[in-house]
Amino acid sequence: MSGSSSVAAMKKVVQQLRLEAGLNRMKVSQAAAELKQFCLQNAQHDPLLTGVSSSTNPFRPQKVCSFL
Amino acid sequence: MATDGLHENETLASLKSEAESLKGKLEEERAKLHDVELHQVAERVEALGQFVMKTRRTLKGHGNKVLCMDWCKDKRRIVSSSQDGKVIVWDSFTTNKEHAVTMPCTWVMACAYAPSGCAIACGGLDNKCSVYPLTFDKNENMAAKKKSVAMHTNYLSACSFTNSDMQILTASGDGTCALWDVESGQLLQSFHGHGADVLCLDLAPSETGNTFVSGGCDKKAMVWDMRSGQCVQAFETHESDINSVRYYPSGDAFASGSDDATCRLYDLRADREVAIYSKESIIFGASSVDFSLSGRLLFAGYNDYTINVWDVLKGSRVSILFGHENRVSTLRVSPDGTAFCSGSWDHTLRAQPQALLLEVALPGLEPSDRPGPSAPVNLRGCARPTCKTTCSGIKMGPVSQKLPKPAFQSTLFK
Repeated sequence: MSGSSSVAAMKKVVQQLRLEAGLNRMKVSQAAAELKQFCLQNAQHDPLLTGVSSSTNPFRPQKVCSFL
Repeated sequence: MATDGLHENETLASLKSEAESLKGKLEEERAKLHDVELHQVAERVEALGQFVMKTRRTLKGHGNKVLCMDWCKDKRRIVSSSQDGKVIVWDSFTTNKEHAVTMPCTWVMACAYAPSGCAIACGGLDNKCSVYPLTFDKNENMAAKKKSVAMHTNYLSACSFTNSDMQILTASGDGTCALWDVESGQLLQSFHGHGADVLCLDLAPSETGNTFVSGGCDKKAMVWDMRSGQCVQAFETHESDINSVRYYPSGDAFASGSDDATCRLYDLRADREVAIYSKESIIFGASSVDFSLSGRLLFAGYNDYTINVWDVLKGSRVSILFGHENRVSTLRVSPDGTAFCSGSWDHTLRAQPQALLLEVALPGLEPSDRPGPSAPVNLRGCARPTCKTTCSGIKMGPVSQKLPKPAFQSTLFK
C-alpha cells in the first residue's frame, strides 16, 4: 500500500516539474530592464521617495487648537 | 505478488530519475538566461539621497506582542492583532481606537481589512479565519456578529481578502493555502505543495490576473493559479523559513524576507532570483517586507528590532530605522504610499511617512552604537507559537536553520 502512494506522490512531483520545465522564460537582462523602467516611470508618484510637504502630510505633528 | 512489487519499484525508480533529470534541466534553462545581474542593469540609475524618516504616530494599546497589521483602503484605518488575542481597529491620523475585539484564542497571527472597509478577518491558534463586520452602533457587540469562514488543521498564519469582501485566501501551519467563500464558509480551492508550514501569502496586483505567492518553512516560495489550484512556479534559494512575501507593484516580481537574514527579489518572467538584499552585519531574520509605490524601495523589518530600507534596483541599503524596542513582526506601506506602519513585539505600532526634506536629520548612528540585541541574545522562543514550547528557543539568523523545526514534527521534540 505504501508503495503505491509513494509512486502517486512521485508522479505528482514529476508532473509538476514537467509543467515548470515547459515555462517560457525571459532573459534576466530584459526582465531587469523592465523592472528598472517601472521604477523610474513611477518614481515621481512615490511619496516615500519624493517626500510630502507639511501642508499635505496627513501625519504631520498634531497641533493643539486653543480658543481665544 | 512479487512481480507487482518489482513493477512498482521500477516505476518509482524511473520516476525518481525523471524528476532528477527534470530538476537538472530546469536549473540549466534558468542559468542560460542569467546573463546579467539586476544591479548591473541599474548602474547608471541615479543613487537615492539621504533618507530621513520619523515616527509620526505610535499606536499604543495592545497589551502584548503585535503580530500582524493591515491598512484599510481609506489609507488611514489600520487593523492589528496581538499575542493576547486582541484585535484592534485604529484611526492612524488621530490614534483613536475605533473597534476592539478579543478572540477566543491567543496568538492572532493574521488579520486583514476587507476592501470595502466594512469588515475585518483574523485568526491564529484557533486554526480558523473569522470575519467580523465593523459596526459603529455602540449597542452592538462586535463579537456577536462573528462569522467563522476558514477551517484548517493547524494555526492560521496569514489571510487576505481577494478583490472583494466575498472571498478570503488563507495560509496555514498545516502546509496548505485555501480560498474560501465568506458568505457560506465553503472551501472553493485548496493549494497543496508546500512541504511544511506556510507562513505568508500575497495576492498579485489585480491587473496581472488570478495568482498569489506563498512562502513557507520549507524555504520555498510558490506562485499559484487561484482557479486551478496549480502551482505555476516555485523558487527555492532561501536558506531558512520564508516569513514574508510581497509582490512588486507591477506584478512581474516579488520580494521575500527570511530567517536566513536576507531578502530576495524573484522575477516571474525570468523565473529566477534576480537580487539578494543582505549585509554581513545583518544576522537576524527578516520578518516582514513591503515595497514603496514605485517599487524602488523595499522596507524590511527584522528580529534585531530594526527596519532596513533597501534600494531595490541597486541592491544597497539606503537607510536603517530604529524605534522599536523588540523585534519588528509586521510592516505594511499604506495604500497611497504616503506612509508605512510597523508593528512589533514591543506592543506598539509606528506609522512613519516620509519626513519634510527641511527637517533636521536624525543623528547618524552606526548600527554598532545602537542599543539592540548583542550576542548572545536570549530570544526565548521563535515567532511560531507551536515552537515556543518545543524547540530550544534561540534563533539568530542563519545558524538557526540547524535547529529542529517544530512544524509537522512537533511531537518529536519534547
